[in-house]
Amino acid sequence: MSLGALISGDRPRSRLLAAALIAILIGLALAPFLFPGTRSVDTAARVCVFIVLVASYDLMLGYGGIVSFAHTMFFGMGAYGVALASVHLGRGFDALALGSLAGALAAALLAALIGLFSLRVRAIFFAMITLAVASAVAVLVSQLSALTGGEDGLSYRIPRALTAAAKYADGKVLGVRINGKLVNYYLVFTVSLILFMVLLRIVNSPFGRVLQAIRENDFRAEAIGYRVVAYRTAATCLSAVAAALAGATYAIWLRYVGPATTLNFEIMVDILLMVVIGGMGTMYGAVIGATLFVVAQNYLQTLLAAAGAALAPVPALPLLFNPDRWLLWLGVLFVLSVYFFPTGIVGRLRQRQ
Amino acid sequence: MTDALLATEDLTVRFGGHVAVDHVTCAFRPGEITAIVGPNGAGKTTYFNLISGQIPASEGRVLLAGEDIGGLSVAARTHRGIGRAFQLTNLFPGLSVLENVRLVIQSRRGMGFSLFSMADSHRELREAAEAVLARVRLADQASQKVAELSHGDQRKLEVALLIALEPRVYMFDEPTAGMAVDEAPVVLELIAGLAQDTGRTVLLVEHKMDVIARLADRIIVLHNGALAADGAPDEVIASDVVQEAYLGRAVQHG
Repeated sequence: MSLGALISGDRPRSRLLAAALIAILIGLALAPFLFPGTRSVDTAARVCVFIVLVASYDLMLGYGGIVSFAHTMFFGMGAYGVALASVHLGRGFDALALGSLAGALAAALLAALIGLFSLRVRAIFFAMITLAVASAVAVLVSQLSALTGGEDGLSYRIPRALTAAAKYADGKVLGVRINGKLVNYYLVFTVSLILFMVLLRIVNSPFGRVLQAIRENDFRAEAIGYRVVAYRTAATCLSAVAAALAGATYAIWLRYVGPATTLNFEIMVDILLMVVIGGMGTMYGAVIGATLFVVAQNYLQTLLAAAGAALAPVPALPLLFNPDRWLLWLGVLFVLSVYFFPTGIVGRLRQRQ
Repeated sequence: MTDALLATEDLTVRFGGHVAVDHVTCAFRPGEITAIVGPNGAGKTTYFNLISGQIPASEGRVLLAGEDIGGLSVAARTHRGIGRAFQLTNLFPGLSVLENVRLVIQSRRGMGFSLFSMADSHRELREAAEAVLARVRLADQASQKVAELSHGDQRKLEVALLIALEPRVYMFDEPTAGMAVDEAPVVLELIAGLAQDTGRTVLLVEHKMDVIARLADRIIVLHNGALAADGAPDEVIASDVVQEAYLGRAVQHG
C-alpha cells in the first residue's frame, strides 16, 4: 500500500506540518524508549487516545458542521463498556473485546437516536439535546453507584499479558523492561493509529465530501439529492463509535474508569480547545492540538516549577510562575493561539505554504 | 394530457392570508422549453419551489410522468428527475469548482455513502465533472475555490450543477442574470440543447425578452400567483394581459 493510500491522499500541504506530524508519529511510536518512565509513557498513551477522540470530534464539527456536547459521553460509553465487562465477566481478552464492542454499539445507537430525533431541525437544537443527554447520563452514572461505582468509578483487572507482571525478556532492552505494560502501550498506539487512519479515510471518501458540502450549504446539498438528515446522523454515529473505541482503549490502559477520566464536562471543553487550537476540518489539527494540549496539561506544572525556582530572586514573579497557576498559563496559551491562528495551527501552516 | 412529463394540478400555496401561487394547472411536455414570466412577486420562484419541494403545497398536486411527487422530500424529488438551479447563486463556496460538480455526479450515481474509498480515486466521477465544466467553459477554473470565482463564473457554475444532474425536468431561474454579455450566449446555447435530449423538459424563469424569444417554445404568464396566459411566444407577448401586467411595466422602467 502506498503512502498516499495510507493517508488517503490527504497531503499535509505544508513542510513544517509534515515534519511536525512525522516527529509526533516517531515520538509516539518510540515513546517507551525515547521517554522512559511511567509518567511520560502515561502521557504518550493519553496523547494517542486523545488524538483519536479529537479527530472523531473533528469529523462531526469540522467536516459535518455539527456542534455536539455529548462527545465525552460516547467516550465514556466505550470506557465503561470495557470496565463493566471486565468486572462482570472477569479479566480476559474476551471481556475487553466484548466490552469495547458493546460500548461502541451502544454509542452508535444513542447517537442515531439523538440524530434522528433532533438533526431534522436547526443545528442549535441538536447541540442543546446533546448537552441535555450528556448531563443526564453523567448524573445517571454518578447515581447508579451499585453498577458504575458512582463518583469513585470502577477498578478492574485486565489480562496479565498486558500488565507489568508479564515479563517477555530478561533484563532490559535499551533501558526498558519488555513486559506486558509495554505491550499494552503498543496496543494503545496501534489501535489509535488504525482508528485515526480510518477517520482520515472517511473524511476523504465520497461520504466525507458530502459532509463538507452539507457544512457549506445544506440547502443546496439537499437540492442535488443528498438527504441531509441521513448524512448528518451517519456522521454522528461514526464519530460516536470512534469516540467509544478511543474510550475503550483508554480504559484498557488505565485499568480504571470514573466520571473524572471519561465523562467529565471539563474533558468536553478540552476536546473543543484541542480541535480549535489544531485547526477544525483538517484531521491533522487533531494530532497537533491533542499532542500540544495533553503535553502542556501534564508538563506545564513542572515547567512552571522550574521557572519559579529560576526566578526566585526576583520579587513577585515567582508567584506568577507558581505551579498552581498552570491553568492560568494554559488559558493564556489558548487565547494567544486563537488570536494568532484563527484557523488553527494547521490552517496557519498551510497558509504559509 | 397523458404525454405530459411534468404537470401541476390546482397547485396552491398560502402564506397566512396571502395566496402566493393560486390554483395553477399546467402541463409540460418533453422536448419543450417553457418560459415562465410575470412581474416581480408574481409567484414564479414560489411556483418553482413547490415543484422542487422546498416549500410544501397548501393544495393541489405535482405530477412527474403521472406520479404524484407532492409528498416527497427535495432530495427524493431530485432523484426522480426534478433538477433545479437557483436565482441567487447557491453553491458550496469553500470547495473547489470541480468538487462542486463532482458532488452532483456522485449524488446521481448514488455513491454518497461510500465510506472507505478515496473520493479522488473515482476517476470516472472526476472525468464526468470535467466534461461538464468544459461545456460551460469553466475547465480552466476547475481547481479554484468557488468563493474566489467572479460573479459571472459563479452563475455559470450554477448552470453547470444542474446540467451535471441530468434531470428529466430542468428548472432554471434567470440563468443569465449577472453574466457577462459574451458569456450568456454560451449558456443559452447549452440550455437550448437540453430539451432536445429525449424525455426532458426545460422550465425557465426569465425577464429578458430577447432570451425568451430565442429559447422558448411556449410562454406561461403568472400574475398575482395565478396563470394569466399560456401559449406560443408571439401570441402571448402580443396579448393584452401581458402588455398590461408585465411588459407595460418593463417598458416604463426601460
